[in-house]
Amino acid sequence: MNFVALRMLTGDRAKYFGLVFAIAFCTFLLENQTSIFANIMKRTASQILDVTDAEVWVMDPRTEYWDQTKALKDTDLTRVRGVPGVGWAVRLFKGNPVARTSTGKFAASFLIGLDDATLAGAPRRMLLGSWERLREPDSVVIDQAGYVLLFPKEPLRLDRTLEMNDHSVRIVGISDASAPFASLPVMHTRYSEAVNFVGRERTQLSFIIARAAPGVTAQELTARIQKQTSLRARTTREFAWDCVRYYLANTGIPVNFGITITVALIVGAVVAGQTFYLFTVDNLKQFGALKAIGVSNLRLTGMILLQAFSVGALGFAIGTGMGAAFFEIFLHKLATRHIVLLWQCVGITGACIFFVVIVASLLSIRRVLVLEPAAVFQG
Amino acid sequence: MRIDALRGVDFEARFGELSFLVGPSGCGKTTLLCVIAGLLDRNGGDLNVLGQKPDDLSAADRVVFRRRNLGFVFQQYNLLPALTAAENVAVPLLAAEVPRREALDRSKALLSRLGLEKRSDALPSKLSGGQQQRVALARALVHEPRIVVCDEPTAALDHATGESVMDLLASSAVKPDRAVVVVTHDARVFHHAQSIAQMDDGRIVKVSRNSSLKEAAL
Repeated sequence: MNFVALRMLTGDRAKYFGLVFAIAFCTFLLENQTSIFANIMKRTASQILDVTDAEVWVMDPRTEYWDQTKALKDTDLTRVRGVPGVGWAVRLFKGNPVARTSTGKFAASFLIGLDDATLAGAPRRMLLGSWERLREPDSVVIDQAGYVLLFPKEPLRLDRTLEMNDHSVRIVGISDASAPFASLPVMHTRYSEAVNFVGRERTQLSFIIARAAPGVTAQELTARIQKQTSLRARTTREFAWDCVRYYLANTGIPVNFGITITVALIVGAVVAGQTFYLFTVDNLKQFGALKAIGVSNLRLTGMILLQAFSVGALGFAIGTGMGAAFFEIFLHKLATRHIVLLWQCVGITGACIFFVVIVASLLSIRRVLVLEPAAVFQG
Repeated sequence: MRIDALRGVDFEARFGELSFLVGPSGCGKTTLLCVIAGLLDRNGGDLNVLGQKPDDLSAADRVVFRRRNLGFVFQQYNLLPALTAAENVAVPLLAAEVPRREALDRSKALLSRLGLEKRSDALPSKLSGGQQQRVALARALVHEPRIVVCDEPTAALDHATGESVMDLLASSAVKPDRAVVVVTHDARVFHHAQSIAQMDDGRIVKVSRNSSLKEAAL
């Protein structure tokens, strides 16, 4: 009877394709929006996650997220280095200078100042040049998107110059840094140069990044640092999540995306559910005949569930394919780089579609179960 | 509001006979048919179908009993539009878990006997009314039921087609170990019956057998 169920389903091509594509678009919309949302939220921690050398971030106790910092004292670095279990600890500066090209085009940017001696935190994915050239004076490494923003329609080229706070800086490398939350150029330079490019303040130490000594976990190290120095210490992962949570709690982003996702789910459920229910109603006489012939309610329930799940599975597969194609296309565009279809979003969407299918089939099953087979005898 | 659809029915369908239930619209013919087929419950009287009292069976067992022992021919055919003629005929076998290949082979063989060999792969929408009713008849017979119930099998057909369907019913459905019950108000086909039970207002008012049929029906 599975064969009969599937033939009944595909017999009405208009409804069948309508059902499949309703679920496919619902799938696409859910996966698309949840993935974009998650990826955008992840961008709030891009510059943290790009620092692969360190595993611990030390900051002012009231610093909540990457973009807004309260500078530490230079002596704090010594204090952190004195905590047992610290393998190494170095300075990291973050500023937002305005960079200007010789043609006058300018953009506010993220400028990250790396420890002069070690260059810990340098971008490891380079498209052109080398981060080691940062040892040269007045040098910066800029991300590709920032380069394109400042030098639109020009090929990637090194040794071009920018002006920052009356300082002429030379581009010695172009990196594939992760996209920041705000679409600003991301530049790396040495700490000593960065504080000049931005402009001197009394204290300028944004973060201390550190790595634990062998035998000490990052988690243990953060606890020790907090206890000994009263500074805030977070692992890379914790600090990244702090940023995400800050934006979730303090911006309208989750509401906007939440509304879109909820509407997509409701519309998908309603359209799919209604179409499937109508499909069942249109076939009620046939179901009645099957009941009269001697097909049990259990078997009919199985048939309807098979119909619902097969159309759900096909729609989900097509929708996921559409989603994958979408992200594959836009993955290679600068503005949407690194925005990928997340497997977690696919899983969540799958669960939602499963829910939609269950609801749609339950309504139909109920209709068939309460059907009196004798009704098929009514002309 | 209580409506007594059947209020005095004493009906017997015998093996090897084509038994008609006749009467005006609303007299309870189809209701009686549904009661016999186990599709409607009754709240009085005795019912014995093939030596089995349906009251003694659970709901699930009644479904199985119906699947094994009854075949149905509906007035509106009620073929599944998405299935071919052979696939429609195979439905009772598929419901009985017969493997699909075997079910289709048996269906095609039966359709061939009923003169529809070349139409076995056609969808119902491509068949004439008479052909659809023959497919419906094949569906009712494919699983070798002991009872075949037909509800107004010629109502949707012209006279000539109706006659051919009834001829087929009489020749293919009626067997020594099978009873065929036909509900109809089409007097033109009465001559096919071995017995006619006349119903009126929920009662069987007259039963006629064999030679006196046509006069009794009129």
